[in-house]
Amino acid sequence: MTGRELTVAQSARPPLFDRPATEPRSIANTVEGRFSGFLEWFGSLGVFFWQVMKAAATPPFEWRELIRQLDEVGSKSLPLVALAGSAIGVVLSLEARYSLSRFGAKSMFPATLVYSVIQVMGPIMTGLVVSGRVGAGMGAELASMKVTEQIDAIEASAINPYRLLAAPRILACILMLPLLTLAADTCALLTGWFAQTLVEPLSFHQFVESGFSGATFNAFLPPTFKTAVYGFIIGLIACFQGMRTRGGAAGVGRAATNSVVLASLFLILADVVLVKFILVFFP
Amino acid sequence: MATAYDNAMRQAAPEHDDAGPVIAVDNVFKSFATHKVLDGISLKVRRGETVAVLGRSGTGKSVLLRLTIGLETPDSGSVCIHGRNIAGLALDRMGEIRKRMGFLFQHAALYDSLTVGGNVAFPLEHHRRDMSRSERVDRVKQLLAEVGMEGDLEKMPSDISGGMQKRVGLARALALEPEILLLDEPTAGLDPISSGEIDDLILKLQRERKMASIVVTHDLHSARVIADRLALLDHGNVAIEGRFEDLERSDIEFVKQFLKQS
Repeated sequence: MTGRELTVAQSARPPLFDRPATEPRSIANTVEGRFSGFLEWFGSLGVFFWQVMKAAATPPFEWRELIRQLDEVGSKSLPLVALAGSAIGVVLSLEARYSLSRFGAKSMFPATLVYSVIQVMGPIMTGLVVSGRVGAGMGAELASMKVTEQIDAIEASAINPYRLLAAPRILACILMLPLLTLAADTCALLTGWFAQTLVEPLSFHQFVESGFSGATFNAFLPPTFKTAVYGFIIGLIACFQGMRTRGGAAGVGRAATNSVVLASLFLILADVVLVKFILVFFP
Repeated sequence: MATAYDNAMRQAAPEHDDAGPVIAVDNVFKSFATHKVLDGISLKVRRGETVAVLGRSGTGKSVLLRLTIGLETPDSGSVCIHGRNIAGLALDRMGEIRKRMGFLFQHAALYDSLTVGGNVAFPLEHHRRDMSRSERVDRVKQLLAEVGMEGDLEKMPSDISGGMQKRVGLARALALEPEILLLDEPTAGLDPISSGEIDDLILKLQRERKMASIVVTHDLHSARVIADRLALLDHGNVAIEGRFEDLERSDIEFVKQFLKQS
């Protein structure tokens, strides 16, 4: 075999053989690389959050952009959230009636529906729906601005992009999530009651009286207002992923996907902490 | 009334004199990961002077412009605007300096959700809140007329050609009447006629406004027309700096080759 043939043969070798992944040292390097990447991501997120906080706390305030984002996050998400809430209400109604009948606790139906919608399903469903719609939209919009240098152009025009782009979006998410949750809860309870009346007549007055009997503000307000934290997570992660994008159209796609995936993941993790927090501080 | 910028400048450079360089890049190094882009570059630009930065692709010309307006931070060395080192300045402090700088991006970087008029009005809406709406509209029309785009106020950036986008980008860069103008390949991708028009426009603006300008370009003809001085970059540093005639007389092989191929 000549030297040239040897080179060709070596270069044609499947890359699998060249991969030193099975060597313990390489595995350690890979793990170390992933871990440092993970820490770097959190570090960058922290710096981003600090920049947004500083920008949001100092004038001039971008009121017009905030109003635009309130409309974008709130009004435009309302139909989707209402539809999802309505579907959840029907499903819960069907499931709850069947399960409660098996245990002879049909009279508990209104309270079961009300509590499960307001304390659990409404908030988390609203968070996930908004995370999908708004997170992807914000991530893609900002990423597209980033790769076409529009964010650099904003900065070059002596305008703080954290103040103009990130702060209003995050604030809009924080303000709108609780309101959207209330809308989703209302739709879910109405359709849940409606689904019940189709099978077994139950007056709306009776449903409300029975469902909310013994209810306190502590039972309903903290689960609704915890969604402000969801809004913060969705806005922060979508803006962060969008504004740090690199790499053209593929980068925009990645930013949109990562925004939804990471926001949904952190939202669910936050829910674990928030539920425990509410149980401890708002028993 | 003194602005925050005036105060910042006064504090930073109390002995600032008009004859000193407006832009002073001194021994700047910049790398991206392991790729060294700028290797100890130094460049000075005075008021009313236009310096054209030439060089092969990837020699750090655009990075030099981005460093000058603070969109990148040097690894070492200093970038001074009116005698003040801008490296590491907080965003809002940097903003006060940027208000007196105009930047034309290579691909214009117009805001695609705004009309042509909206793009030009954008810096005015944020920094000239003292202007009434009608004053702002008049100013936008005047700026667009200067770049020959007065009839396209309501068009979207996607509806106009690349050359027209650059004109709008130039009008936007001039909106706040900058003292420093940074142009990243203003004639790249344009036909010779549009290219000549942009050159004439830059020359006219220079005569009228006496700005300090850095123009990054591959177009040697354009550089010769608009620039007082040329700086030819090679491997992240200035290979030669001077008038076009100085470059022509140079014995440096790279300079000879560059001029021959251009």
